[in-house]
Amino acid sequence: MDLLTELTILVLAAFVGFEVISKVPNTLHTPLMSATNAIHGIVLLGGLLLIGEVDGFLNKLLLVIAIAFGTINIVGGFLVTDRMLEMFKRRD
Amino acid sequence: MYTASFLQDPDLIRVLYIAAFALFIYGLHELNHPRTARRGNRIAAVGMAIAVVATLLIEEVGNYGLIAVGVAIGTAVGIPAARSVKMTAMPQMVALFNGVGGGAVALISFVEYRRTLELGLGNPALEELIPILFAAIIGSVSFWGSNIAFGKLQEVLPGRPIQLPGQLFINFGLLAVAIGCSVALAAGTESQGLFIVILVAAALLGNMFVLPIGGADMPVVISLLNAFTGLSAAAAGIALDNVALIVAGMLVGASGSILTKQMADAMNRSIANIFAGGFGGVSVTPGAGADGEQKPVRSTDAADVAIQLAYASKVVVAPGYGMAVAQAQHTVRELADELEKRGIRVDYAIHPVAGRMPGHMNVLLAEADVPYDQLKEMDEINPEFPQTDVALVIGANDVTNPAARENEGSPIYGMPILDVDKANQVIVLKRSMNTGFAGIDNPLFYNENTALLFGDAKESVAAVLAQVKEL
Repeated sequence: MDLLTELTILVLAAFVGFEVISKVPNTLHTPLMSATNAIHGIVLLGGLLLIGEVDGFLNKLLLVIAIAFGTINIVGGFLVTDRMLEMFKRRD
Repeated sequence: MYTASFLQDPDLIRVLYIAAFALFIYGLHELNHPRTARRGNRIAAVGMAIAVVATLLIEEVGNYGLIAVGVAIGTAVGIPAARSVKMTAMPQMVALFNGVGGGAVALISFVEYRRTLELGLGNPALEELIPILFAAIIGSVSFWGSNIAFGKLQEVLPGRPIQLPGQLFINFGLLAVAIGCSVALAAGTESQGLFIVILVAAALLGNMFVLPIGGADMPVVISLLNAFTGLSAAAAGIALDNVALIVAGMLVGASGSILTKQMADAMNRSIANIFAGGFGGVSVTPGAGADGEQKPVRSTDAADVAIQLAYASKVVVAPGYGMAVAQAQHTVRELADELEKRGIRVDYAIHPVAGRMPGHMNVLLAEADVPYDQLKEMDEINPEFPQTDVALVIGANDVTNPAARENEGSPIYGMPILDVDKANQVIVLKRSMNTGFAGIDNPLFYNENTALLFGDAKESVAAVLAQVKEL
């Protein structure tokens, strides 16, 4: 994909992000941060894309670490967010 | 030539990515209310699962054995950490997660650079090289910065600001080294060594820029590092031509930026000011006025407080980090329950920077079974203070300091505060007469309608609760 298309997507994604996230109330800012941590785990894809294409022990080792880091973000991030949000209850 | 199965069709993969973004954005949208937030988080998780599966389908992706190893290690670390972390330790957890995210980006950028060199193709084209370098620098800064933030929050490192002489000079020097080496690479030098120098300079910069920041500024730092990791992921997405990384990275970047701005506004400080030097590092002069003399304060006891509360019709609790430190939130909620049984309305006034990260106090109170409709944001609760009979300030200081509103000479002048002083009666639970984190005297304590209840927050609240029950 060419650079300008990618930049177009980048700018639009930034604005969508601003619009959606500015509506999250202060009350939920901690879960928001841990949820965005989880979404940041998307870097896992970078590791997946590269690991089949590299040779050498060091390259592979670094990518396995990167994949482990990305997985920690995804699994840990969504789980801990769920744990927090479960606690938010209405007055009964 | 073999024909790839339709599952490996690049168009299918792109369609799956589109589904993933839609789910991320919809999931984040559902975070706009506590009622729907849990579902939103799960929707985003489904989006992530789709993005990962789609990527695994890509024809060039291989080495599944090593992928499985990485995923297994990550899962083995991530699940127990997420299950066992205490809610008070959530800021550390988020800092750590931020750090590993930034670290992953830096590693991926480095390997991608090595790969193109090893292919004998020379440096990547500029439109790939620049985002790689950007991702490497920001990723490395946020990895090390987040680790320092973790160390401070976990109290492995001292929470006070640590400053070296010429700190700003050193930081700019490190940045100059990173940028200088990047320019050399962009100009055509092929060198893994230079790339390593860039990563190291960025690592040092990450350390140096978080070390001088004090504990009270942590909400801003964590938010900023969150924004950084997001931007680094988006840059890596451009380098690797992967749209999923670009979109998800920008969503995170937007979230972190919004939170950074809101936290800085809530402390009435510019982001530049926070990073130029720690709050505690600045020598704070006491607010203008005749502060030298000892002013009288009115101290009270649990029985009196119990009577005031029991005969009120509206009570607002203003909790600060001191309440969390004393682990008083459960006792506070029991007291609130007891008052509500008597038909008294109880709300909680939450300042945006109460706690050590954005929204932290709300999580701590939710954990203590405080219903979310009792958690009021500052702008919502402030107009209600004049109709409030008793404001109960527990472990909060600077965020209730009226000097921020009235005294132009005060270092916190202009900071938005909870207007607890406008309540009919104010009861401040305090350990001692020491000033707050910022070392600023609080005129609230000397007001006529203020009474101070000295002692450990948890014991004080328990004593008041016992007295209320007897009434």
